[in-house]
Amino acid sequence: MAGVLASVATFALVGLDSSEVTVEVDVRRGLPVFTVVGLPDRAVREARDRVRSALLNSGLDFPQERLTANLAPADLRKAGPSFDLALAVGVLLATGQVPRERVRGYAVCGELSLGGALRPIHGAVAVSAGARRAGYDRLVVPVENAREAALVPDIDVLGVPTLERLVDLLKGEWSPEAAKPAAPPGEPASGADLADVRGQGDARRALEIAAAGGHNVLMIGPPGVGKTMLARRVPGILPPPSFDEAVEITRIQSVTGLGDGRLASRRPFRAPHHTISASGLIGGGVTPRPGEITLAHRGVLFLDELAEFGRYTLEALRQPLENGFVEIMRGQRSLRFPSQFMLVAACNGCSCGRPGGECTCNAADRIRYHRRLSGPLLDRIDLVCALRPGAALELVSDGRARPESSAVVRERVTAARERQRARLRGSPATCNGAMDARLTQAHVKLPPDLQTMLLTVARAGSMSFRGQHRALRLARTIADLDGRDQIGRDDLAEAIGYRLGAAEAVAA
Amino acid sequence: MTPCTACLRRARLVGLLSARIAAELAERRRAAPILALPDEQLVRAVGGSLKGAAWRMLETFDPSQSLDEIQAAGLHGVCRHDPLYPARLRDLGDPPALLFSTASPQRLAELCAAPAVAIVGTRRASTYGLEVASALGRGLGAAGVTVVSGLALGVDAAAHRGALDAAGPTVGVLGCGADTVYPRTNRTLYGRVRAEGAVVSELPPGQPPARWTFPARNRIMAGIARVIVVVEAAKRSGSLITAGFAEDLGREICAVPGRVTSRIAAGVNQLLVDGAHLVRGPEDVLDLLFGAGGWEGLASDKHSAEASLERPLRRVLRSVENGDSVDDAARGAQLSASELRAALGQLELLGLIRRDRLGAYERVAR
Repeated sequence: MAGVLASVATFALVGLDSSEVTVEVDVRRGLPVFTVVGLPDRAVREARDRVRSALLNSGLDFPQERLTANLAPADLRKAGPSFDLALAVGVLLATGQVPRERVRGYAVCGELSLGGALRPIHGAVAVSAGARRAGYDRLVVPVENAREAALVPDIDVLGVPTLERLVDLLKGEWSPEAAKPAAPPGEPASGADLADVRGQGDARRALEIAAAGGHNVLMIGPPGVGKTMLARRVPGILPPPSFDEAVEITRIQSVTGLGDGRLASRRPFRAPHHTISASGLIGGGVTPRPGEITLAHRGVLFLDELAEFGRYTLEALRQPLENGFVEIMRGQRSLRFPSQFMLVAACNGCSCGRPGGECTCNAADRIRYHRRLSGPLLDRIDLVCALRPGAALELVSDGRARPESSAVVRERVTAARERQRARLRGSPATCNGAMDARLTQAHVKLPPDLQTMLLTVARAGSMSFRGQHRALRLARTIADLDGRDQIGRDDLAEAIGYRLGAAEAVAA
Repeated sequence: MTPCTACLRRARLVGLLSARIAAELAERRRAAPILALPDEQLVRAVGGSLKGAAWRMLETFDPSQSLDEIQAAGLHGVCRHDPLYPARLRDLGDPPALLFSTASPQRLAELCAAPAVAIVGTRRASTYGLEVASALGRGLGAAGVTVVSGLALGVDAAAHRGALDAAGPTVGVLGCGADTVYPRTNRTLYGRVRAEGAVVSELPPGQPPARWTFPARNRIMAGIARVIVVVEAAKRSGSLITAGFAEDLGREICAVPGRVTSRIAAGVNQLLVDGAHLVRGPEDVLDLLFGAGGWEGLASDKHSAEASLERPLRRVLRSVENGDSVDDAARGAQLSASELRAALGQLELLGLIRRDRLGAYERVAR
């Protein structure tokens, strides 16, 4: 007797995207065996048991016949439990428990519990984006994922709580409303606010400039002076994410299981430990997963103890920093993960980390330390600032007004960003920090006397060509923060004061 | 005048016997008594396995060959019978017969005729030691005092560098041929000292350093200088040997106090206990050389550049000199964070301060 064949559409996560997978289920007479083929991993093979129990516990039939399920295309590795639902629907179709014609135009995706409830999956946004691209009108996902999946427009997302309800839906006995997209970002939740940080005026100003121009910044100071505390507050002074940015952030968080099912309202802050591997930082693995730099996309990547990171790890960071994305090759495929983040790095001023007067390093120690840091990464850092120990304690008593809050700073930063966006319209960069040499020359004009001033330093040998461009970009941002079109003398001087100078070798 | 044959021959002999002198001195403490011996006695005393070669050399010595070598190495020779020979070196009981110099004899005589101060100290100096050494070098250099040191790592290098930054005269005394860069790390500095001051040695061109050549070099430093300043030295160190020579010669000995718990300050603190002059900065040394305040106006350069600064800039400059943190500097000068960075930028533009690779500022004097 010919078998009964059914097919159901679902989606498999590939990086930050999803690609269509057709689940075919074939039922024919024979020993009751359930086989899954098409490069399934352990979790997918175990779906057999979940599907059987879920069906039986939902009052549905599981056939005592020979079942073969194929996940096509057969050359794509399938991982994770999100194929459960498609397999269950396939079995229901093949055994005639739900009418076939009703399933057309649907894509389904979800994990099953043994009791028949639908459990949330990772990457709902990516799945629904894939489904829309593939031309599906309706997507069934676990109810917890519905609002998140609905962030993708032009597709009806149906949130379903249990397998039983899904059968009702497919039989036309229940017609739920399409899910509403998760709420747009409001004011970022208060929490870490700049008003909590006392003193450290130098670092505050540096971080404001960095945020305003999208510059990467290095904080220098001994351990425990508040570098981490300040870095954590950088996302809060960046302009809130636009809707599109928020969707991007949500999508990444959803794929990696970091999201909470709502639209991200704040920019991410990632602070990987210095023992992280290169693939942990930039992404990778057998089934490539985004790394920390992608998790920090549109937000802040904080590298504390910069000198302790592996040299190879930091080298790997260079390309993504320059390109704003990272490309990972696995077999025949190449995946592209976005990585547009602001780098906030921190380290000690020398290897012993003690402040100036108490430092016990000798000259050789210091050279070694500088050499360890002065890799190509420092070339991508525009600003440096110094933090000083004991400031918190002493400033409490100095009776000055409460420090500025994040909201006040954010307002200035947002205005400065707006100016940059307008100026850079039509170019790939959206902020001063992203300007390359060509854009810098085109958009940053100095009046002749300031030009001479800059060249004087450059000729004195203390500033390289690259250093000049860095100072120019910074000066541009400082003027933008102040709302001025023309770069002034003080802007340039401040930029020179803040830039990270790769000066002559400090031989001993 | 051309160095005389006897002196040329003597220099050649010392070079030839270097390995033997080293072996002999392994048992004794100081190079001095041996180097004071006349040629024949020297060969007899330490010649050992090299006796034959030494006698042969003494008999067949050809001065023109030595002169050619000196010229080929780009050096000059001044022998102790030359009126241009640094006069104070004659105070030594065993002055070098011949001084090889990268500078012309006239230039060398000028450098040594100016009041000269030797700055010596440990190679493994702390930040504090380096700061003080370079401040001393700068301050003395700006006042036109010749800074003498050994071109070694640490304190020596910082002192030379300070003097060079102030465009002051400086002399490096080597424990190897004057044309040899040792240690290699200092090749840039060697080049600067050679170009702007002088590098001298009693050893023939190309001679490698040996254990005994360092204390021997120290006696030359002590000889040239009128004052010896020790910046950071442990209990048993070459700097104390220099101080010992200086004491024998009746030179003034100065020491920069260090932390009593620090191993590399034990030597200097001991010197202070033993009656060395306490030095807090270049002013103290200048007082010693010229009498209290007698040097005002000598360091005009530095002061004029500073005097033209506006008040807040001057305060920021002082903060940089003191090594204050950026926030402290801002408070001291009553500037906002951004004004303070602008001030630092201005000072850098004026060439008064410079930054290291991690953006930390230090004072430059020109």
